[in-house]
Amino acid sequence: MSTLVYINSRDGIAKNAYEAITYAKKLGQEVIAITTGDADDSLLATAGEYGASKVLVDKSIATDDAQQVTRVIASAVEATGANTVVFSNDLVAKAVAPRLSVRLKAGLISGAIAIPEGDTIKVNVFSGKAFGNVKINSDKKIISLLPNSIQPEQTGSACSVEEFNGNGGEAKIKLLEVKKPEGEIPLPEAEIVVSAGRGLKGPENWGMIEELAKELGAATACSRPVADIGWRPHHEHVGQTGVAIRPNLYIAAGISGAIQHLAGVNGSKVIVVVNTDAEAPFFKAADYGVLGDAFEVIPKLTEAIKKFKASN
Amino acid sequence: MKILVCISKSPDTTSKIAFTDGNSKFDENGVQYIINPYDEWYALVRALELKEANGGSVSVITVGTAPDDAIIRKALAIGADDATRIDAEATDAYFVAMQIANYAKENAFDLVMTGKETINYNGSQVGGMIAEAMGLPFVSLASKMDVAGSTATLETEIVGGIQTVEVELPAVISCAKGMAEQRIPNMRGIMAARTKPLNVVAASSVDVLTSFESYTLPDAKTTCKMIDPENMDELVKLLHQEAKVI
Repeated sequence: MSTLVYINSRDGIAKNAYEAITYAKKLGQEVIAITTGDADDSLLATAGEYGASKVLVDKSIATDDAQQVTRVIASAVEATGANTVVFSNDLVAKAVAPRLSVRLKAGLISGAIAIPEGDTIKVNVFSGKAFGNVKINSDKKIISLLPNSIQPEQTGSACSVEEFNGNGGEAKIKLLEVKKPEGEIPLPEAEIVVSAGRGLKGPENWGMIEELAKELGAATACSRPVADIGWRPHHEHVGQTGVAIRPNLYIAAGISGAIQHLAGVNGSKVIVVVNTDAEAPFFKAADYGVLGDAFEVIPKLTEAIKKFKASN
Repeated sequence: MKILVCISKSPDTTSKIAFTDGNSKFDENGVQYIINPYDEWYALVRALELKEANGGSVSVITVGTAPDDAIIRKALAIGADDATRIDAEATDAYFVAMQIANYAKENAFDLVMTGKETINYNGSQVGGMIAEAMGLPFVSLASKMDVAGSTATLETEIVGGIQTVEVELPAVISCAKGMAEQRIPNMRGIMAARTKPLNVVAASSVDVLTSFESYTLPDAKTTCKMIDPENMDELVKLLHQEAKVI
């Protein structure tokens, strides 16, 4: 039996794809990766370094159309006899994995955060306020792993890449335009996130947040009220009704830490809170707290980071 | 244009999350259920705006039991024309999606809309499953949607940006922030909701593919270490040496 891993190679291979291969390897079966598009074979072959025995690529599929990708993966499941399919639970997987579940009549666990224990897998539920242990009752199984839940492990060497025709059919969704702001780090994949709230008093004061983020190689984020009044774009809103993130380090300035905000960030490994209010609920969820004015603390922190980088 | 909006119940965002029966069941004691915010604020309200602009009807559907009629009445008060409740416990996403797909196949909708995920299970599964079961295109995480004739133009989130796509209806759309603004039902809406049709239909026979065996709560954080605001070098040192995150 084998495990099939879907990896997206549209704009290179992101770290979360290597996490998914590492995860698949830990399930103990042969791991075969499947992808679509025209990425270089030398890039695709790196899947082998994380445990894949080979990569199947359907070069006839030019976009991430979920219907086409689903058909290709289903064909690959049939061709390889795989009983398990692993995804990284990113934006493409959120459209493809549910379709595949219906197509294969395979139970889907989305948002897995650990390798199986017995016959259950741990997932994030209630927006990070609890964990569920889920069992799949069907013979075929689909697991979609939350990004940044495990570290990629380089254990092998480059593997072979084989062309595969997965009969993807026609795309029904027509792509008109793609807009990607230059130089921004996508929030869901960021390992460090610097975030700010209403305590910053206005959008003109975000310069110091962006500067700190730049020094740390971090993505920027914000609280819900800040996105709602238009100080920052909606895609930066983290929290229960925004993006849920689990970076290694989350730095929050001028955010009180309402329960809805915590729900989106409590998967962070380390939380630093800067606030003038000693009673701010966020301090209870933080690892490190700074009781002080963000307008003074953040520039000092940026200077300290610069000094640290210069001496390391 | 006929629009079907799928709604789910979820605990109020301030609910205390606890479990009973040996941590195998969500503790509903004292929990107030609301319409899942993504379903209400974005899918339902955008559907109503499209109806107001282009004519047609907005129906809501949920898979649930009699107590869930309360959230259905709220959806009717906000402005939906009619509602259907498939009378069954919502066991897993596959079960819910297949119930809705079986219903929608027989009722020729131009658009089926869902929220991007529920705030209790966060699965983002039902929309894609409905689409596959109906053989329809699925546009996920749309933050903007306009319809002209039988063509919908949408903006959706992609890694590191947004894309604009076009799709011929019928289609299934999952809705994220940006689609619309929350609407508070007014007294007239609340009164009208009492007499709008709420059809209860029997569930079809569908397998349950996944089951939640148990739940656990995260460990409480140990106490927060306070750092002198004048000494950010100390914070950087701790993040490097103790927390090992930079």
